[in-house]
Amino acid sequence: MLLFVARRIGLLIPTFIGVTLVSFFFIRLLPGDPILLLAGERGMTDERYAALLEQFGFSRPILVQYWDYLVGIFQGDLGTSFVTKKPVLTEFFTLFPATVELSLCAIILATAAGIPAGVFAAINRGKAYDQALMSSALVGYSMPIFWWALLLIIVFSGWLGWTPVSGRISFLYFFEPVTGFMLIDSWLSGQEGAFRSAVRHLILPTIVLATIPLAVIARQTRSAMLEVLGEDYVRTARAKGLSPFRINGLHALRNALIPVTTTIGLQVGVLIAGAILTETIFSWPGIGKWMVDSIFRRDYQVVQSGLLLIAGFVMVVNLVVDVMYGLINPRIRHQR
Amino acid sequence: MKLKTLLTTTAMVVCLAGAAQAKTLVFCSEASPEGFDPALYTAGTTFDASSRTIYNKLVEFERGSTTIRPALAESWSVSDDGLEYTFSLRSGVKFHSNDMFTPTRDMNADDVVFSFERQRLTDNPFHEYVPGAAWEYFNGMSMPALIKEIQKVDDMTVKFVLNRPEAPMIANLAMDFASILSKEYADAMEAAGTPQALNQSPIGTGPFQFQAFQKDAVIRYTTHQDYWDGAAPIDNLVFAITPDSSVRFEKMKAGECHVTLNPNPADLQAMKDHPDINLMQQEGLNVGYLAYNTQVAPYDNPRVRKALNMAINKQAILDAVYQDAGKIASNPIPPTIWSYKADLEDDAYDPAAARAMLAEEGVENLQLKIWAMPVQRPYNPNARRMAEVMQADFAEVGVEVEIVSFEWGEYLARSKELDRDGAVLLGWTGDNGDPDNFLAVLLGCDGVGGSNRAQWCHEPFEDLIQKAKVTSDVAERTALYEQAQVVFKEQAPWATIAHSIVSQPLRKEVQNWKIDPFGGNIFYGVDLAE
Repeated sequence: MLLFVARRIGLLIPTFIGVTLVSFFFIRLLPGDPILLLAGERGMTDERYAALLEQFGFSRPILVQYWDYLVGIFQGDLGTSFVTKKPVLTEFFTLFPATVELSLCAIILATAAGIPAGVFAAINRGKAYDQALMSSALVGYSMPIFWWALLLIIVFSGWLGWTPVSGRISFLYFFEPVTGFMLIDSWLSGQEGAFRSAVRHLILPTIVLATIPLAVIARQTRSAMLEVLGEDYVRTARAKGLSPFRINGLHALRNALIPVTTTIGLQVGVLIAGAILTETIFSWPGIGKWMVDSIFRRDYQVVQSGLLLIAGFVMVVNLVVDVMYGLINPRIRHQR
Repeated sequence: MKLKTLLTTTAMVVCLAGAAQAKTLVFCSEASPEGFDPALYTAGTTFDASSRTIYNKLVEFERGSTTIRPALAESWSVSDDGLEYTFSLRSGVKFHSNDMFTPTRDMNADDVVFSFERQRLTDNPFHEYVPGAAWEYFNGMSMPALIKEIQKVDDMTVKFVLNRPEAPMIANLAMDFASILSKEYADAMEAAGTPQALNQSPIGTGPFQFQAFQKDAVIRYTTHQDYWDGAAPIDNLVFAITPDSSVRFEKMKAGECHVTLNPNPADLQAMKDHPDINLMQQEGLNVGYLAYNTQVAPYDNPRVRKALNMAINKQAILDAVYQDAGKIASNPIPPTIWSYKADLEDDAYDPAAARAMLAEEGVENLQLKIWAMPVQRPYNPNARRMAEVMQADFAEVGVEVEIVSFEWGEYLARSKELDRDGAVLLGWTGDNGDPDNFLAVLLGCDGVGGSNRAQWCHEPFEDLIQKAKVTSDVAERTALYEQAQVVFKEQAPWATIAHSIVSQPLRKEVQNWKIDPFGGNIFYGVDLAE
């Protein structure tokens, strides 16, 4: 098992180098000069432009800049935002817990609802329930997130008044963040109603962000289950007269879960990267919007280091999934 | 329906219950501030959160107008040669305090000198107190070339010595970069090894005291009880950062915010019809224009430019592009600026006359490139669409138009080139309410190859604006700028298109709100009905 983990970690090194290359050079390939964008319509003199180029280090050869970037990474210095003048690492860790909190809630909802739905659809293959569920999954998968989110806001916040429109907690509650996770911080604050407010604020963004993964997980579970249900050992179990619950829940589902686990792992990466729209609509202070704003402003330091941090996180999640996969299915960890 | 009304009302009561007791005004803003030291940044969202709440300047704009009024300077005098500006400071002005700092003295000349010298002098310890500090506005307004020296005459008197006379100097000092910070706080933070606190935990003299900021989520302020002009009527101010305009509207309807900004044009009618929302509208301090390259034939001929101006159907542009949130521009400065010449006649839309005029000048089969900006701006919400309308208009008079566009940074850089091929769509939002900020910056000879996109240097016009720069007599300056506008219209280096109309939705309980002509949001003086 240790060898298996070491091999997987070894694979991360070229991926990591690839990410630094892509994040560093691709943002620079985009047309647009960050200094000119900073000045806007007002413009600046050639002398001042040259001085700023020098000050921000953009006048040095590109490979030297890349080398400095790599050295910085190993020294734990990911640079300073060109726009806010704050260290990228500080900004990342201020915003990241919000994205993680939302993504975790979304993946829990997607898994908790998606697996049972998929199992149920597989058992009832071809029946009305199966067809309705798979059609809904298709709708969920192809729904424009922006429209779906606004629709939910208008119905549940506007008409019914059941949930708040946006944000993480009501402005009535004020406490210093301890962990950055609003559910935990609001609980720790001890303020009456704060936790409830945080939960209420999480409902709509969680539903919106979970929609696509839920559809994917449900469909994946269904097809994996169908495959397993056709296997000989399931037929044998049936012939032995085992209860349908034991057959489906214990024998079939456990085996069907292997591809589903991979899907869930991949969805975590998709969620982290794809929370941009959900975060923008629900004014959720996460890293998605931060990255998009930085790309538009050509804030090179934030883009290159932010991408690296996000990619690093996704790599770690995938590593964990790979290891779990090895735990669930011993055949995988013994493959050479 | 009854259930819906009951639930909505309950939600609103719950949401605003605290606000009713403690009078908390919630402002749904668009984005996070870049920081809290306004001199470091250029974005309006940053100024709303810093210079317009936490700080004061020596002089300030009267709320809702471009008129200057005394603020931290009680009075000032200008020497006869226009080179020395002496300010008498207001006494008894208190700074805020926070966990790290309690002021031991009132605001004085040291704070004023510090606030400017850190931007001006490269050897000042606070010149680079945050990495990449570029003091954009201070440099953009040519302050390093303009200011020769800043002297502390005594504790309550400061003198600015200039290298040349500059009539808009006082207006410049009312701008956001001229906010006054506490030198005592800066020194304390430097000693503690945390100079960045100046930008992250700001201390000012303004009507609101900074309390907390969570990036992309919320900013909190409390009222400064010792404010020199009297404490604000509200107790707390909260910025709820909400990037999407449709969501801001929903929050407003649900009572989750009292004031917001930049509504979606499609929502304006619904806002007007909503019983709890009051939609205020005012012309913005901006102008959108099409600048010809006056150094390239045939656009070096004023009659050709005039003929092209007559071919543009501005009303059609207003309908298609501004969707009624605009006003036709006939002058190069907006109507909210003093010296605006209201009786200046615009070029009438007359394609037949335009065609005849082009023929008279021997212009046939003209091909013109129109540059369309790739970004949305208050003065031009959709440049591509505007260029398309113009393309159709110019086709009517036999001019074939090709629309070109570049990435925004490229667009700004390339449009400055002297031999540029084509006419550029661009615009300007005023910085200091002074006509000089439009006429000299955008049409003066110094701006050729730079901010003067028409590459237009016309001696009679230049004489007028230079004369207006060196006199501080407002009546005289007004007369000069009025003449300059007449010359501009005759020479037609631009087709002036429109001034946008700023819309600001408020809930009905918000009292005494005034739209800021500079596009800012100013909360001092605003109250909430009980």
